[in-house]
Amino acid sequence: MWIVAAFGLATRLPSSPTDIFAPVSTPAQSIFELSLLVLAIAAAIFVVVSGLLAYATAKFRKRRDDDGREPAQVYGSTQVELAWTITPVVIVLVLFLATARVIFTVQDPPRRPGALEVTVIGHQFWWEYQYPGLKVVTANELHVPVGEPTFLTLLSADTDHSFWVPRLAGKTDLIPNHPNKMWIEPREKGVYVGQCAQYCGTQHAKMLLRVYVEAREDFDRWIKEQAAAAQTNDSSSEGRRVFERTACINCHTVAGTAANGRFGPDLTHLMSRETLGSGVAPNTAENLRRWIRRPDDFKPGALMPPMGLTDQQLDAVTAYLVSLR
Amino acid sequence: MSTTDSLGWTGSRIASRPLVDKLHEWVTTVDHKRLGLLYVGYGLTFLLVGGIEATVMRLQLIRPHNDFIGPRAFNQMFTMHGTTMIFFVVMPIIFGFANYLVPLMIGARDMAFPRLNAFSFWLMAFSGLFLYFSFVGGYGLYGAGTAPDVGWFAYAPLTAKTFSPGHSTDFWTLSLLVSGFGSIGTAINIIATVFCLRCPGMTLGKMPLLVWLNLTMAGLVILALSPLTAAQLMLLVDRYLGGHFFDTQAGGSATIWMHFFWVFGHPEVYVLVLPAFAFASEIIPVFSRKAMFGYPVMVAATVAIAFISMSVWAHHMFTIGMSSGANLFFVLSTMAIAVPTGIKIFNWLATMWGGKISFAAPMLFCIAFLFQFLVAGLTGIIQSVAPVDWQLSASYFVVAHFHYVIVGGILFCVFAAFYYWFPKVTGRMYGEALAKVHFWLFVIGFHLTFDFMHIPGLLGMPRRIYTYEPGRGWDTWNLIVTIGVFFQAAGILAFAVNMIRSYSRGRPAGSDPWDAWTLEWSTTSPPPEYNYASIPVVKSRRPLWDLKHPEDPDWKYE
Repeated sequence: MWIVAAFGLATRLPSSPTDIFAPVSTPAQSIFELSLLVLAIAAAIFVVVSGLLAYATAKFRKRRDDDGREPAQVYGSTQVELAWTITPVVIVLVLFLATARVIFTVQDPPRRPGALEVTVIGHQFWWEYQYPGLKVVTANELHVPVGEPTFLTLLSADTDHSFWVPRLAGKTDLIPNHPNKMWIEPREKGVYVGQCAQYCGTQHAKMLLRVYVEAREDFDRWIKEQAAAAQTNDSSSEGRRVFERTACINCHTVAGTAANGRFGPDLTHLMSRETLGSGVAPNTAENLRRWIRRPDDFKPGALMPPMGLTDQQLDAVTAYLVSLR
Repeated sequence: MSTTDSLGWTGSRIASRPLVDKLHEWVTTVDHKRLGLLYVGYGLTFLLVGGIEATVMRLQLIRPHNDFIGPRAFNQMFTMHGTTMIFFVVMPIIFGFANYLVPLMIGARDMAFPRLNAFSFWLMAFSGLFLYFSFVGGYGLYGAGTAPDVGWFAYAPLTAKTFSPGHSTDFWTLSLLVSGFGSIGTAINIIATVFCLRCPGMTLGKMPLLVWLNLTMAGLVILALSPLTAAQLMLLVDRYLGGHFFDTQAGGSATIWMHFFWVFGHPEVYVLVLPAFAFASEIIPVFSRKAMFGYPVMVAATVAIAFISMSVWAHHMFTIGMSSGANLFFVLSTMAIAVPTGIKIFNWLATMWGGKISFAAPMLFCIAFLFQFLVAGLTGIIQSVAPVDWQLSASYFVVAHFHYVIVGGILFCVFAAFYYWFPKVTGRMYGEALAKVHFWLFVIGFHLTFDFMHIPGLLGMPRRIYTYEPGRGWDTWNLIVTIGVFFQAAGILAFAVNMIRSYSRGRPAGSDPWDAWTLEWSTTSPPPEYNYASIPVVKSRRPLWDLKHPEDPDWKYE
């Protein structure tokens, strides 16, 4: 009964960075406009039918001075039944046609030659992004240019996941053996957040999404930096030795070194990212060290094991990773 | 009136016998009324368990980054809560009422297959206990054992050996497999009973609506449970015999599981809600003092819902990347089901129109049901619009929507049914004042929890997360949602106290306390083991109305 008020309140709360009623991208905008129509129809039906229910409940209650006789027995009426069958049918048809239009515009957009293509691969419990043709592989923080469409190919390395950044587009699942497509076309620069929306295992809750929408020149600069080889400095060679001699390299890649594992996030330009562990903590040297020591402190159930390093080794590895810019 | 004598099995005759004998009678019984009560008692017990699981989850979500329980325990909680509430709470309760009421309402002495009936109950009973044994298996209670944590729809490939080693998924799949056989047995039994055991004069067109709705429910159970059972067998083949149906790492298909599950899962919603409609269709006319408006249309709408419900399953899958054509089909079929459902609401409304409504507890729960089911239907329409569902799917909006259906719709009707038939089953009246306390507490708790639960969904909060980030604008709403839980718990407590106290101390009800019109009110309360001394003969849909109003009987108009 309070639901209408609740809807009203929800639409007027600007404070959420994941509000579906604050679209900044073409598909999200189309959905938003359709949802207004649907909400209006639903609200109108609610007002009429609940009004009738409330009226009947109040008007036809048994009075105190009731004479004890049964009311007139009415068994039905074909006209009335027809009326409340045909009216909903008409409403359904209108709603269906409006829906069909948006399904086609969002789901089957014209392909634009030269548009950015990104392959998104869902992992337990992080995101891998590959920019085919641009030789860029990164993790957890997607960068795209503003004002242009970006087409995403969605794959999964293990279980089902779902890519959901509410202000950019509706969600689409990442399903193993079942490649999916979606697209975004952000209008405003900024960082847009979201998270995995299909239960994928223990740490489903901390599989967060961050999309950086940048001006074209900033995006191009970012691509250039990401495509470059890793920078390694001599002072951290101790850390590099630990990194390459323990199991780290079974799962992680640092381009241009012996590390070419594929199970975990690519670390070539680790320090260019703002967050750690798929968005669970700011990417600082201190957090990085804590993460390496025991990932479960941030994300119990994360698939990265604690490696049992000594304090000295931890310092060295952290120093090495901090140098990966 | 000597009610103690007519109390039958609760009366002094049995009370004087040793407890072991009494228990033995309950375990070996094939009487439809006792099995009905066993089902209902079983469902109520698990309602408490499922409710505790829900409370644990809500305490964890009361604020962001809470650490009341960890991710593994939380994932077990929502898996067990969902599985329990669907398969071991609502299913047993509706089967219990069907068992108790259908033979009585069609003037029969028992179900068609009494022993199959007992067998079905015990299958379901053992499968529920088996599922809960998972809590003590493996690492024991301390580590929550090996309770399943794959979610109640257990999407592949999370259930594959690779991602779910050990036996937690086996507990889930075997439990549902066994309980599925029990449900199919009961469904066959209900269908056979309705088709073969109706009393003279009761043609299909003169059956009470409750019987029609349960007949349709039983048909749906057979159609819906079979694919689920098949899918469980396939999953077991995958896990133990090297099959690759759903094993994506060996080329299996994750989406095939989704289709199998939801072709069960959506009709299942109607399996649960049709009996709830059945209760409303008996209670609203009696408390409005009017015949059901548009009986043939109600029957037609019921059957239409059953048919359409078999073709809407993939609206649970709008985000999996189906073609736009497939999405369109499921949008249309899903919207179409709103038409017969709307017709039902209008017919209940028309039944109240011009009546003399009295607000005893059963009617209060039914009126709240009408409002709440209207909202649940409308949020359903909102989500049937596939593009809007791309935003709302798997969010808290969905969680709010289906709890609106299951709690606001089904559970409210179930409470109405409890109060309505309590005098018939026990021979005693429940306490009306305490029932109203239950009603208001539950209405307040329900709306606090499930109205406000829609909002975090609109603000991008996905379901099945054990914790969430601060700064997403979800905190306040989650706090309110959790507060509502305590009102609901208090309501349930009032309900339990009322049932237990009235069972021994309620005032005698007599055989027909509501001045009602269907056959069960013509026998004693509680009914004797054989139900009717002589099989009744009916001429209309309201045989007791005909009896009470010989000057103006129904059969003149039907």
